[in-house]
Amino acid sequence: MNNEYQEFMSKRNDIILKSVGLDYSKYEFKGIGFDYELMMNDQGYNLEKIIKIQSENMIGHTPLVELKNITKYARKFAKPGYGARIFLKDEAANLSGSFKARRAALSVHQAKKLGFKGVIAATSGNYGAAVAALAAKEGLKCIIVQESFDSKNISQPEILEKARKCEAYGAEVVQLSVGPELFYYFLKLIDETGYFNASLYSPYGIKGIETLGHEIANEIMNKVGKFPEAVIITNAGGGNLTGTARGLKDAGAIDTLIIGASVNLYGLHMASDDDFNKKSFTTGHTGFGIPFSIFPDRSDVPRSAARPLRYMDKYVMVNQGSVFFMTEALAILEGMERGPAGNTSLAAAFSLSQTMKDTDIIVVQETEYTGAGKHILPQLSFARKNNVELKFGNPNKEIPGKNIVFPKDGSYLKHQDIDLNELRKSYLKRYKKIELTDKDYDYLSKELMVSIKKVKELMI
Amino acid sequence: MIDKNSYVRIRKTLLEPKERSKNIPKETSLVPFKMWVKGFLQSDADLFDIVTIKTITGRYETGRLKEAYPCYKHGYGDFIPEILEINNIILNDMEKINHE
Repeated sequence: MNNEYQEFMSKRNDIILKSVGLDYSKYEFKGIGFDYELMMNDQGYNLEKIIKIQSENMIGHTPLVELKNITKYARKFAKPGYGARIFLKDEAANLSGSFKARRAALSVHQAKKLGFKGVIAATSGNYGAAVAALAAKEGLKCIIVQESFDSKNISQPEILEKARKCEAYGAEVVQLSVGPELFYYFLKLIDETGYFNASLYSPYGIKGIETLGHEIANEIMNKVGKFPEAVIITNAGGGNLTGTARGLKDAGAIDTLIIGASVNLYGLHMASDDDFNKKSFTTGHTGFGIPFSIFPDRSDVPRSAARPLRYMDKYVMVNQGSVFFMTEALAILEGMERGPAGNTSLAAAFSLSQTMKDTDIIVVQETEYTGAGKHILPQLSFARKNNVELKFGNPNKEIPGKNIVFPKDGSYLKHQDIDLNELRKSYLKRYKKIELTDKDYDYLSKELMVSIKKVKELMI
Repeated sequence: MIDKNSYVRIRKTLLEPKERSKNIPKETSLVPFKMWVKGFLQSDADLFDIVTIKTITGRYETGRLKEAYPCYKHGYGDFIPEILEINNIILNDMEKINHE
């Protein structure tokens, strides 16, 4: 083992502490838990202030559109009286082209306020572009660290496009090969530069999304006189779901069902050099969604502010072929050409709508920009080059890495449920051998959104 | 030869296979952990020389010179006939709805 590698990993807590300007130890309880709400509300950002910062940065107040044609399409496959109205929040309209700008806004604002010279973030996704764009506006330097290529020096086209976008905003992009050692080099760069860690998982990274939940609640209320029955959220690291759900609840939409949706990538290992280029989604998939749900604190901060099991009422997955199919439907039926990964929740909504009454409303809470590399064409072209077979049939028979199955017709596009109790059991596994106090059980009950009695049942 | 101050891309091995994390799949553990980064060349050099660059944020990195004046090569890929088939399915489904 490399000494430098070990040296940086052993210093991780000190390095992280300095780089987020936040003392996590003050929120720790005795035992296993911590005071999540205090951590979230202790950073000096209330809703009004967040809206002000975001508005000044061309973020938020994105269009909410009713997808009338896609709703009509979904109803074709629903029983009479079923087929909820599908609405879509066009988050691609944010600065840098995705909802991630909401998250980056507060992080970069905080970095500037604390006097940091630059910001750094570890992300292969839209978040990099968001941090880079906001850093440009604030006059801060920016480094984005990406997992980018395999041992044959082949990159995902989607990730190359995100690198280009970061560079367009003047950021330095450090591209790394496959593996969790990304975190080591990330720490080394933080240590070398003294930049602010614009973590996706800090309270700033999550509080920024609460405005999205507020907008959805208020805009649907203004349009139709009630809160939506369901909001569906693409789930990877858990932040999008956590922030949106918190915003909805804060705005009063406490009965709105919070549904997570991920692309099914079961069978592909996220740290595998062989599997890296066999997937057609680099985010929004089960490879992040499941591990970050069952162990949120695996992130780059001591206590993640993204805790999806606290809010998720239902969790579903759709396959890659279905998301590509709906990406086309959005373009040719609604005139909206948007990036594939952001349409994960749209694909799930198409199927879920059919299980809901036609007077119900389901809101798909994001879109993302599309363009060279990050588009159905290059992504399918890349899949074919990597010997992934493209075919039509039953998408739920798709084997990630081997094939991509597009629905033979719209009736074949069906979501699959992920059992939340199984995720809760996995979450609890690490506490099985620990003597837990009443306070610990109370914490676990909040973490998993179930009663203490249920926590005890799930632990057996 | 590539002139000093040219904008270039280098590749650097950060960890050899034996130095990598223990908790990674076998195929990943057999290959080195590498980095690509771009910056301004600090002295005249030839391709594949070990060089030092100054990145856009002002950091220095040393590695093997892989490319001068790097351009973006990603695009829209090859023609994928299945996309036209998807569109056809969607429009056919919708046509049936409109006739019902």
